[in-house]
Amino acid sequence: MIFPPPLREGGLRGRVDYIPKESYEAVIGLEIHVELNTESKMFCACPVSFGEKPNTQVCPVCLGHPGVLPVLNGKAVEYATLIGLSLNCEVTEFCQFHRKNYFYPDMPKDYQISQYDLPLCVEGYLEVGEEKGVSRIRITRVHMEEDTGKLIHIGGSGRIHGADYSLVDFNRAGVPLIEIVSEPDIRSPEEARMFMQKLRSIILTLGVSDCNMEEGSMRCDANVSIRPVGQKEFGTKTEVKNINSFRSVQRALQHELDRHIDTIDSGDRVVQETRHWDDAGGVTTSLRSKEEAHDYRYFPEPDLVPLISDKPKVERMKKALPELPDARRVRLMEQYGLPKHDANVISLSKATGDFFEEVMETYEDARKVSNWILVELGALLNQANLEIDECAVTPRHLIDLLKLMDKGTISGKMAKDIFKESFDTGKLSSVIVEDKGLVQLTDEDAIGKIVEQVLAENPKAIEDYKGGQERVVGFLVGQVMRLTQGKASPDAVNRLLKSKLNNK
Amino acid sequence: MELFNQPAHELKRMMDTGEISAFEIAKSVFKRIEMVEPKVEAYVTLTEGQAAAQAKEADAKIKKGEGRGSLFGIPLAIKDNMCTKGVLTTCSSGILKNFIPVYDGTVVRKVSDAGLIMTGKTNLDEFAMGSSTETSFFGTTRNPWDLETVPGGSSGGSAAAVAAGEAIMALGSDTGGSIRQPAALCGVVGLKPTYGLVSRYGLVAFASSLDQIGPITKDVTDCALLLQAIAGQDERDSTSVDINIPDYNKALVADVKGMKIGLLKEMMGEGIQDEVKTAIKNAVDVFSKMGAEIIEVSLPHAEYALSAYYLIAPAEASSNLARYDGVRYGHRTSEKVKDMIDMYMKTRAEGFGNEVKRRIMLGTYALSAGYYEAYYGQAQKIRTLIVQDFEKAFDKVDAILSPTSPTTAFKIGEKFENPLQMYLSDICTIPVNLAGLPGISIPCGLSDGLPIGLQIIGKPFDEMTVLRTAYAFEQAYGFKERPKLD
Repeated sequence: MIFPPPLREGGLRGRVDYIPKESYEAVIGLEIHVELNTESKMFCACPVSFGEKPNTQVCPVCLGHPGVLPVLNGKAVEYATLIGLSLNCEVTEFCQFHRKNYFYPDMPKDYQISQYDLPLCVEGYLEVGEEKGVSRIRITRVHMEEDTGKLIHIGGSGRIHGADYSLVDFNRAGVPLIEIVSEPDIRSPEEARMFMQKLRSIILTLGVSDCNMEEGSMRCDANVSIRPVGQKEFGTKTEVKNINSFRSVQRALQHELDRHIDTIDSGDRVVQETRHWDDAGGVTTSLRSKEEAHDYRYFPEPDLVPLISDKPKVERMKKALPELPDARRVRLMEQYGLPKHDANVISLSKATGDFFEEVMETYEDARKVSNWILVELGALLNQANLEIDECAVTPRHLIDLLKLMDKGTISGKMAKDIFKESFDTGKLSSVIVEDKGLVQLTDEDAIGKIVEQVLAENPKAIEDYKGGQERVVGFLVGQVMRLTQGKASPDAVNRLLKSKLNNK
Repeated sequence: MELFNQPAHELKRMMDTGEISAFEIAKSVFKRIEMVEPKVEAYVTLTEGQAAAQAKEADAKIKKGEGRGSLFGIPLAIKDNMCTKGVLTTCSSGILKNFIPVYDGTVVRKVSDAGLIMTGKTNLDEFAMGSSTETSFFGTTRNPWDLETVPGGSSGGSAAAVAAGEAIMALGSDTGGSIRQPAALCGVVGLKPTYGLVSRYGLVAFASSLDQIGPITKDVTDCALLLQAIAGQDERDSTSVDINIPDYNKALVADVKGMKIGLLKEMMGEGIQDEVKTAIKNAVDVFSKMGAEIIEVSLPHAEYALSAYYLIAPAEASSNLARYDGVRYGHRTSEKVKDMIDMYMKTRAEGFGNEVKRRIMLGTYALSAGYYEAYYGQAQKIRTLIVQDFEKAFDKVDAILSPTSPTTAFKIGEKFENPLQMYLSDICTIPVNLAGLPGISIPCGLSDGLPIGLQIIGKPFDEMTVLRTAYAFEQAYGFKERPKLD
């Protein structure tokens, strides 16, 4: 098919005054898919498990054999309801499954059992941006559907077009999936990222999904448009697919928004279409135009009966919801006196919050703990691209380290190095200290001798100091630390150096 | 009389007295098959070896005092749209001509548990879409009463097999009349149970909200026995209903005194063959004489039933048949293909016959954006109106009578090129499917040597009344004719 060139309105470039980038407002709505970690699939008894040999977690039902029928997994409905309730949604009294019809080889029945105009949950919201001012992002709906299989294309570019052949693995086909759709209330890529993080944190707190974007158990499509600030009408939107990491949420959206602005600024029109985010290239490319959009021919799934809400049960579930990130943030501030920023970051990740509170069970200084988690551990995690519950350091490691510092066994500087080693090897700080004999040198006579030695080796430094250059002290401290392999107590070194310099 | 012509309950009685064995019955049936199958062509697949082994096994069990079930050791034909593990299940379609299921459908498992012995898989219209078996990939089954005429459809193979003595009883499936209409045309008994009474798990779907499996038998007693074996909720079918299954044997009472029986006004008028009307009127007289009160009832929306059906059924079919795409099983084109879409198109173009293609196109259109409300949506509303029509009628009566088929068996080829004419064959049966009600067809006469069927419709899950009414008629009327094939 030959695509018509993008529509161009004659003279637009000359007619419209240049609008500076800042005066555009982003309008973003997200559609997020989350795979539920139920034991069995959505409509059959096959196990939900990952990394198994292809096409081993399958049965006639999830392979779409002739004559099979779906049977709804009650646990999946419960999990989906929990997600809806945590997003302040209303659980509908009557909901129904629909068939979404389209041909694709990863879909055994060539239709997907999904929900259409009668979803499980509607009209909720999620709040983000506690530090700069709260935004309430409305949730349109939370609905249930089944996942598809996975295709692997051999030859060509790795996409289905031009491939020599394709292989299909149906292990994932029929895994319960939840789709969460937001209203177009998100106003920046950063806000979108915060939304995703908060959502992930909530779902992890509920324990109903792993929410791993890289592994595909959490996926995000975004509807993006721009409009001049103050304008009510929406601009033409594009849908961006294949955003498959937290890092790329913000990148992909920023790129797409810039593309919209550039398009409009150069006098063109944004074309309504679906676009594919290419993470390596950092660009979006056209996937299909509005005209090529599928007609899914939705109709009520005749093989399943409608779901009538069990109101008392839903009420009980609502009451029994675990503490969600927003509530935890407030409690962290009240209970531990954490500053807002610390409480926010710690509560935003369930694992980080759990780590913090586990340390606090045996350690008192909340600020110190929060600092170590957010600054030192945070940096190491970033570098290693790991989550807090994936690294070798456990709350026990941090408590051990903090106690060694408190006893004066190690200095703050030593602590950072030891912590890094703990992080790399999983060894406790006390073990590292003992193995390497890394005990802080506090014997003032011994330090004094080294200070003397350093002063003797650096007569020029002494002269400079006498000449009023105080900063040479830093250099001299460094020399002492070098000779003591960092073990000397920094306090003692400073004190002794200054007194000896002043006595020279 | 030959064993193959006996009903199951009679054969069972003879087995119980030790006069005959299950093996002898199977032998008689297969001998009959050998003789008449070349003329009738009721089967797609015969499972003689398996059946002989099972019959011997059954006899051994009976000897040990096991296998006391009322159908234990009885040969049964199964329509070829029910999945049978390890046995070819084709739906009489080119696209499944090589398909061997890896599982047994629930009903297939149930009849096997009840000790019934499968004789083979019977012919049908491709994917049960048709009223004559002429759309079968494997060719047309012939009506044992007149080999020039059709046996009806889509369960034409099952009905013809029972009529010809090629099976003692059979399973059919009914979406718009596919059990009752061939039963009528072949002079046997066919029951479509209430939607939800019998599990659909393992029945290859045509139109999921209408499909229902049911018995095709030589008489009403056998019908009750086979229904007993297959009815009941199934955890694998969410649309099967949790109700107490009554003892259908207790329905077999030849007494309709004081019963209120309705006669459907709309189905005694235009488009119904005169001889059929006469036979139904005679049947009404029979009921009258037995002391039933006859009341005329009306389904004001019945005239829209056919149109609604030909939107709903094809719409569901277009989705149900999407899976035959050549990716995982069944036929795949051996032509060189450009890409995946090309593979889909060639596979489906080669694999499906014209009637199936016609319905897939109709259904796809009816569900398309912009047309959904006008077609599928409207059809669903008509369906609701027809349900309400029946509810009102059943306020006044306990059961409703009508012809099963507007005509007796028609000539092979007569309606094949005219789909609309063919679709009219189900005009009396379709409203019953739309309303999900139970309906039975029993023989009520012959015209020019061809059988006429009387349809008795009941309230939801009131198979008891349907069977009782049918049994009373059968006893009073005494239809004993069998087709002469020799």
